[in-house]
Amino acid sequence: MQDNLKSSSYQQLEQKSKYTNMFLRWFLYFVLILFASYFIFPLYVMVVTSLKTMEEIRQGTLLSWPSGLNFESWAVAWGGRGYGAGDTFLRPYFWNSIKMVVPAVFFSTLIGAMTGYVLTKWRFKGDSWVFLFLLFGCFIPFQAILLPMARTLGALGISNSIVGLVLVHTVYGIPFTTLFFRNYYVSVPTELVKAARIDGAGFFKIFFKILLPISAPIIVVTVIWQFTQIWNDFLFGSTFSFGEAAPIQVALNNMVLSSTSVKEYNVDMASAIIAGVPTLIVYVLAGKYFIRGLTSGAVKG
Amino acid sequence: MKTLKIEDLSKNFGSTEVLRKINLEIDEGNFLVLLGPSGCGKSTLLNIIAGLETINEGNVFIDDYNVSKVEPKDRNIAMVFQSYALYPSMNVRENMIFGLKQAKTSKEKIEQQLEKVSKFLQVDQLLERKPSQLSGGQRQRVAIGRALVREPRIFLFDEPLSNLDAKLRVEMRREIKKLHQQLKTTVVYVTHDQTEAMSLGTRIAIMNHGVIQQNDTPENIYNKPSNTFVADFIGSPSMNLIKGSLKESSGEISFTASGSNFEIPVKGYEFKDKSNLNNKEVFFGIRPEHIYFKKSNESDFEVTLRADLSEYIGHEQIMTFDYSNQEILAKFPSTIKIELAKETKLYFDLTQTSLFDAQSEERI
Repeated sequence: MQDNLKSSSYQQLEQKSKYTNMFLRWFLYFVLILFASYFIFPLYVMVVTSLKTMEEIRQGTLLSWPSGLNFESWAVAWGGRGYGAGDTFLRPYFWNSIKMVVPAVFFSTLIGAMTGYVLTKWRFKGDSWVFLFLLFGCFIPFQAILLPMARTLGALGISNSIVGLVLVHTVYGIPFTTLFFRNYYVSVPTELVKAARIDGAGFFKIFFKILLPISAPIIVVTVIWQFTQIWNDFLFGSTFSFGEAAPIQVALNNMVLSSTSVKEYNVDMASAIIAGVPTLIVYVLAGKYFIRGLTSGAVKG
Repeated sequence: MKTLKIEDLSKNFGSTEVLRKINLEIDEGNFLVLLGPSGCGKSTLLNIIAGLETINEGNVFIDDYNVSKVEPKDRNIAMVFQSYALYPSMNVRENMIFGLKQAKTSKEKIEQQLEKVSKFLQVDQLLERKPSQLSGGQRQRVAIGRALVREPRIFLFDEPLSNLDAKLRVEMRREIKKLHQQLKTTVVYVTHDQTEAMSLGTRIAIMNHGVIQQNDTPENIYNKPSNTFVADFIGSPSMNLIKGSLKESSGEISFTASGSNFEIPVKGYEFKDKSNLNNKEVFFGIRPEHIYFKKSNESDFEVTLRADLSEYIGHEQIMTFDYSNQEILAKFPSTIKIELAKETKLYFDLTQTSLFDAQSEERI
């Protein structure tokens, strides 16, 4: 009798917890969908607007569906209308940005890797101070270094040039890349370096043959981080370059703000998407390594 | 010619003294174990021999040649690490020949060495695998192989078995012993595990606080510890040290524990110095395994003690007795039944005792 009572009350509890779980699950989905739409909404507006004609934009609402796949505004944003003066379009500046991003990412990553290697595997007196000062670099606001940097670029004769921007971004990237690599190499057993030294490998050989080949996860993290930072940078670009030498974010700004005639929302939206696509591609291609790299621990030897 | 000689070696990190005036010599083919608790400086000493740490004072000689300022790769040594330190991005073959390639050895010689060593260590089936695809034991073997292919004068082992599980550790220990028996190489081996030290070493140097406490054969370390640290460190449970004093009457010397009148004769004991023994404050040392339940030798000395605690471990039991308010431990087969809180007759094996000066804690 008592057993029966017990089992029926257990059944009730089981039912109850089933309903509770179901409710919580649906609530979870609801919240997730809500947030997802909140984040996807601006992108939706950008994409549909870029596909509309000006006529449609004026007549329809922000959310209304375009009448067809009309890529004209994309073509205009990328290649211009084909008439001479005053026609700003993204293509040359896109290549400017590529020419700036690739070397800047490469050098800042390589130098950061080396610095991280030295700070963890070739400890020297005062190395923690060096690291501390490097960390300061992460926290100095960009605006604070504009003036001295402008003087420096001027003195070096590379102001208003892609080379100048590469230098600025490399220098400003080193604190971050060093931090990434240092934290990664700290978890790599120092015995690896000792073993390699006994085997007769030198400073560079150990770095390139032993440590760099196992650094793929953190290289991906650093490259994504640096690429996003440098590609999306507006402040340095607008301060240290103008006209022909400007990177894409500066050109985008000029394009959107300086149009004298009617505001062409469709072209503006297309331009904005074009300017944002490369970082998106990098993240999609390497995103899963990004998480893995950020969370990966010690290397098992 | 000594294969390895260390002379008045001192090392400090900042203001911390890690090694103090270390002197050590190893003959060709010997297996020297550096044994000590963590932080005693044994790993630092090994790193100094390898050339991975600098020296503050003193010198290191390999084959009578002063290598104190010589690069690790030129010292003709090879090292096996606790974490194996196999290069993760390289397969077993590349791992093993990395050192030879750095030394610009000819291709034929490299292949020849690789084949010989990989067959010998039974890793020839694993050559194409990455370290991450190997088990702990296999990694250890490859790490040893990487050391072997270089045919060094001295092998350095830095706690090579600490990362293995208990069963594998015993297996690998035997393999290292076999290896040494077959190759007769000179080895310096660092460990904190006394069983490893005892079973592997032809000589053991026990270290504490950067000083070598005793450098001797395993038998002497166990039977004639040179001070209370060594006596306490070796053996499990460690040696009983009973505080008391010596008494000399008509040429017979006996030991009396403090707070008791009971005299234990120590006439068979080999004193280093027979003078001034009367009333000397000493520790009387006897190992738990040298206290018997049954009289087995004529010289065994009968005592009656109260049993306080019994720890059953399966094949044996460890009993705690009260000896005039000092705890002493004894080890018996678990078949023997001893009642707690009762006086029990026990027998001390007086041929196996040690005496230490209570002040200096040195063997007398």
